Amino acid sequence: MTGHNTAHHAVPVRTNLLVWAALMVLTTITVGVTSFDFGFLNVVVALTVATTKAGLVILWFMHLRYEGRVIRLMVFTAFVILAIAIGLTFFDVAYR
Amino acid sequence: MHEHRDYEGAKIGMWLFLFTEVLLFGGLFLLYAVFLHRYPAEFHAAGKELSRTFGTVNTVVLITSSLFMALAISALQRGRTVLSQRLVLLTVALAGVFLVNKFFEWNAKIGHGIYPDSPGLLALPPGEMVFFNLYYLMTGLHGIHVVIGGAVLLYGWHLMRVGRVTPEHFVFLENGGLYWHLVDLVWIYLFPLFYLVV
Amino acid sequence: MSADAHDHPSFFQPLPGTKGGLASWLFSTDHKRIGMLYLYCIVTMFLVGLALGFLIRLELVAPGRTIMGPQTYNALFTLHGVVMIFLVVIPSIPAAFGNIFLPIQIGAEDVSFPRLNILSWWLYIIGAALAVLSLVTGKGAPDTGWTFYVPFSAVTTTNVDVAVIAVFILGFSSILTGLNFITTLHRLRAPGMTWTRLPLFCWSLYATGWIQVLATPILGITVLLIFAERVLGVGLFDPSRGGDPILYQHLFWIYSHPAVYIMILPAMGVISEILPVFARKPIFGYKMIAFSSLAIAFAGSLVWAHHMFVSGMSDTAVMVFSFLTFVVAIPSAIKVFNWVSTLYKGSIRVEPPLWYALAFIFLFSIGGLTGLVLGSAGTNVHVHDTYFVVAHFHYVIFGGMGFGLFGAMHYWFPKIYGRMYDKRMANWSCLIAFVGFNLLYFPMFILGLQGMPRRYYDYLPKYAEGHFFSTMGSWVLATGLLLMFWNLWRGIRHGKPVGRNPWGAATLEWMAPSPPPHHNFDAEPVVTHGPYDFTGVKPDA
Repeated sequence: MTGHNTAHHAVPVRTNLLVWAALMVLTTITVGVTSFDFGFLNVVVALTVATTKAGLVILWFMHLRYEGRVIRLMVFTAFVILAIAIGLTFFDVAYR
Repeated sequence: MHEHRDYEGAKIGMWLFLFTEVLLFGGLFLLYAVFLHRYPAEFHAAGKELSRTFGTVNTVVLITSSLFMALAISALQRGRTVLSQRLVLLTVALAGVFLVNKFFEWNAKIGHGIYPDSPGLLALPPGEMVFFNLYYLMTGLHGIHVVIGGAVLLYGWHLMRVGRVTPEHFVFLENGGLYWHLVDLVWIYLFPLFYLVV
Repeated sequence: MSADAHDHPSFFQPLPGTKGGLASWLFSTDHKRIGMLYLYCIVTMFLVGLALGFLIRLELVAPGRTIMGPQTYNALFTLHGVVMIFLVVIPSIPAAFGNIFLPIQIGAEDVSFPRLNILSWWLYIIGAALAVLSLVTGKGAPDTGWTFYVPFSAVTTTNVDVAVIAVFILGFSSILTGLNFITTLHRLRAPGMTWTRLPLFCWSLYATGWIQVLATPILGITVLLIFAERVLGVGLFDPSRGGDPILYQHLFWIYSHPAVYIMILPAMGVISEILPVFARKPIFGYKMIAFSSLAIAFAGSLVWAHHMFVSGMSDTAVMVFSFLTFVVAIPSAIKVFNWVSTLYKGSIRVEPPLWYALAFIFLFSIGGLTGLVLGSAGTNVHVHDTYFVVAHFHYVIFGGMGFGLFGAMHYWFPKIYGRMYDKRMANWSCLIAFVGFNLLYFPMFILGLQGMPRRYYDYLPKYAEGHFFSTMGSWVLATGLLLMFWNLWRGIRHGKPVGRNPWGAATLEWMAPSPPPHHNFDAEPVVTHGPYDFTGVKPDA
């Protein structure tokens, strides 16, 4: 029942630096693309980049990549519930 | 009574707590989504009023602090306690930088008479009013979380110094780190939604 | 007390080598003691809520002013709602019986985070104190109803600020309980206690825990927004500032509808424990009942806007949410059918817990089925905000969760105290409460269909008959409940001592002494059979 910390995966420094670099590049991109106007797609682009960044943080910095199935399923559930709350509200506000 | 050291359980508990944070902010993101849908033009106009430089700098600051946090955990796992302590302090320092930036940013806005319930704000079109109200609420709530996260990490640093967080038992620091990454995560969404909606 | 009390002092007695005393309870990290603290607080708050409800009914016994003015009446029904929902029903079964029995049922020594557990109780106490404080400070007791709807809650001069902070803190307490249970069930199950050997009570608490963790934060942010509206003048729900009051209702019900399942799921778990024991046969459809708990928790997050059909939201949303509401009826019905099938051809032994369980099934079925009337958009419009709604949710919450709680009290009483109450008296009090309950709430269905609006201080003479019967019912119900509590109280002090397993149940808590010792088990138990396998299990009385 007692898991031991040392058995745990230590993320290599190089991986952490690479993730950081990717986050920086994505930040540059998301700021850079604001000089183009895609109309409605602006929000979609911004949120896609943000979600990619969030994914990097969750998977590597927060070690979700190295966690077992239980925690991964839990994280997935939480975001699904949030998506449901926001999504179903739009049945009201989008059709009013 | 013998002490349980259920590492996996502590992490599950921390993740569950993080979900509550995600959904706490989630309620505000829901409001943001609805109001963006209703007032796209006003959000566009109001978003231009915010300083993109401040926003970008703070994004870089928070992401870098997240890197230091991740490196601190890796260092501790390899037994390099002193390096880990320094990295945690760097993380907290960047949290301070973030807050100082935020202070100047808010200060400038308030100086222009734009804050909740101010005459300046009430003179704006309804959509812009909503934008700024959300801006203060969401960045304010996020700011509180930065303060709490910084405090938790400082305490973790203290625990390392007194030898209660060690390369063998570091779940407190790891959970503190998870919290800190969540603070970063929220900002990753706040940044484009407020500073870049064009 | 049983013979083994000498070697292993029960959790009521001080730990060997300690002095005990009040502090050993108030700062205890023992899940059983924390559960007892919750139990006594919840019963106390229930009696307060009961008295408030009794006074409301007394005011409504005849048209016009009877015993109080309209402002007092508004404050009373607000307080009745806040006390009953946030201080009684939401913590009730999970915080009291869940804390006491969840770890024992899975063969664990305690929950995963014992210190968070006592913190959760302290938050409950602070929240309760603030709720009381909101009555006596500021400019008058809150008069918004427990739903705190804007715009009224944003502009009323009564003391809403303190009340919403109380709700925020109580929400935190609820989250900590749920978080603790989920982690405990994942991490601390004894060897052999697989997920499919988990008692159904634990399954229901697992599903409940998820709702507590994922839905309660939305309530937190919602009440904080009320606070921001009132104190900072943020106008997110104020149309004159570009806001939208309907969004408040969305946020509120995104929590508060799932919260209904926080209330009812643990009661369903209790019923699933009681029925097989007294039918002497394994529960029918174990996996489906376990699964339907999770299904209810999930589907419950899809249906919130059925509280808002006449709020002015879009017709599309009305249709979508009306449809989704019917979906959530399916897992609830699965449970009811499985319970009835469990009784079928069982060798039924009629004891007080079974009577309460049967009352639960009857009352919950009425409450559930009238829920479909409210969930259909067409009929909802006619009975919206009438007494029909009041009758419906009292049947579900009081008839369901309330009778589930009473059933749990009678079922686990001998385990907690090592004594047995007077069973005849328990049966009579159940019957009186059951009759009183129906006399109190059934006329409300009729009043609602006739058009009597809820929350009104006064009414037209044509509704007088229904209101009169209803108030009569409140007297009968109160009599039955007071008799029940008195009987239990007497049982604690003078009841006949019992052994480990007076009902002949097969779950782990009945293997432990009554009352259980501090660390629950002498050695970590190894589980070799399911929770409802009664082979060779006999009642020891």
